[in-house]
Amino acid sequence: MTVLLFGITKDIVGSGTLSLAANQSESIQTVAELRSFLKGKFPKLGGLSSLAIAVNSSYAPDETKITETDEIALIPPVSGG
Amino acid sequence: MNTERYIRQTSLKDFGVAGQQALSKSSVLVVGVGGLGIPVLQYLNAMGVGTLGMVEQDLIELSNLQRQVLFSEEDLGKQKLQVAYDKLRAMNSGTILKTHDSFLTRDNALEIIASYDVVVDASDNFATRYLVNDACVILKKPFVYGALHGFEGHLSVFNYKGGPTYRCLFPEPPNNTSIPDCNENGVLGVIPGIVGSLQALEVVKILANIGEVMYGKLLIYNGLNQSFHKINFPVIPQNLKRSSLEKSYEIPSCTSLKQISAASFKKVMKGTDSWQLIDVRNTEEFNQDPDPIPQATNIPLSELETHTDQIKPNHILYFVCQTGIRSLTAISLLGSQFPENEMYSIIGGMDHWRTTLQKASKSLD
Repeated sequence: MTVLLFGITKDIVGSGTLSLAANQSESIQTVAELRSFLKGKFPKLGGLSSLAIAVNSSYAPDETKITETDEIALIPPVSGG
Repeated sequence: MNTERYIRQTSLKDFGVAGQQALSKSSVLVVGVGGLGIPVLQYLNAMGVGTLGMVEQDLIELSNLQRQVLFSEEDLGKQKLQVAYDKLRAMNSGTILKTHDSFLTRDNALEIIASYDVVVDASDNFATRYLVNDACVILKKPFVYGALHGFEGHLSVFNYKGGPTYRCLFPEPPNNTSIPDCNENGVLGVIPGIVGSLQALEVVKILANIGEVMYGKLLIYNGLNQSFHKINFPVIPQNLKRSSLEKSYEIPSCTSLKQISAASFKKVMKGTDSWQLIDVRNTEEFNQDPDPIPQATNIPLSELETHTDQIKPNHILYFVCQTGIRSLTAISLLGSQFPENEMYSIIGGMDHWRTTLQKASKSLD
């Protein structure tokens, strides 16, 4: 499973993409499960009060089912101007 | 309308004289005359938008010049608003330029925005962005959103034709610790130029009613690999029903609000200063906590402003909540009402307080 990272999430993870190995991603079946997995792995992600997650380029609520082949994106708000 | 001046765009079949007339009859408010606001203003001014409003109160600093390309070295220390006015005026004397010498605030936002057709959010902080959103929803104005993070730019059109708002994507402002709002994150000079130009284009499309306006989608531009990602997102109808602004838009900033660690507060408790601890969690949370801090007075955040009689004058006020976010809001709510009281928020709230107690008891074992 590939997760694209934007804004501060890129800085937190330290890379623009995150690849989850099959043994990690097989237990992740919904956006909510992905969210809690990522927060466990990168506690600073847990501090983001608004963090949108997109699956295959569409905003995905927590109950959205995800599979190995989906393209996920983490989108936090950004403030600079 | 000066026919020759705009002939290169009026000759475009899909824009034409009609498009030009639409621009000339329109008014656009640009919130923030900085990295994003400047390209927006320069292009909309050059292209013949009838009325341009600007909201800004900052002065021009040396560190602005790498991206705010309207300004020169001789402008350092001058008001952005005045310099922008003079330069835009020299570029197109036909534009009616309106200056709002202020930052956008809860008190002036509705009044300022009301007279414009389209708003451009070119601000540089979350507080203003949520305020622009809420005011535009109340006044039913579309707004063109642009924001930056490092080499990345975000763009969307919110509150347009029943489409989603900023809060449909990001319901709540981030707290002060999660996203560096006051620590300047850094931006490569040309990135706001690109994103601001994209914002100007969206404004023109809205006004001239051409093309596909970027609503219901967030565009994410990455300057390092020239990639554009478009994310579709739906409207949350509830968000369109807003009829009033929030009580406060002050997002606790790292500099203006004082915070104290749970460990330091333990020392305060043993010290000799007169202090009062206020737990701003709601009554249920407070009563269900088996272990609240015994000295705490519980005044829920929502009742804080109406129960100020419980606040002791001449005491240093400490605020605590579950995680340290509401306690910061408490300070921004009470700060102006009690200027004499020093106020501190306990970092990490009761969560940190408990870990600190555990550590302390372990070290005693």
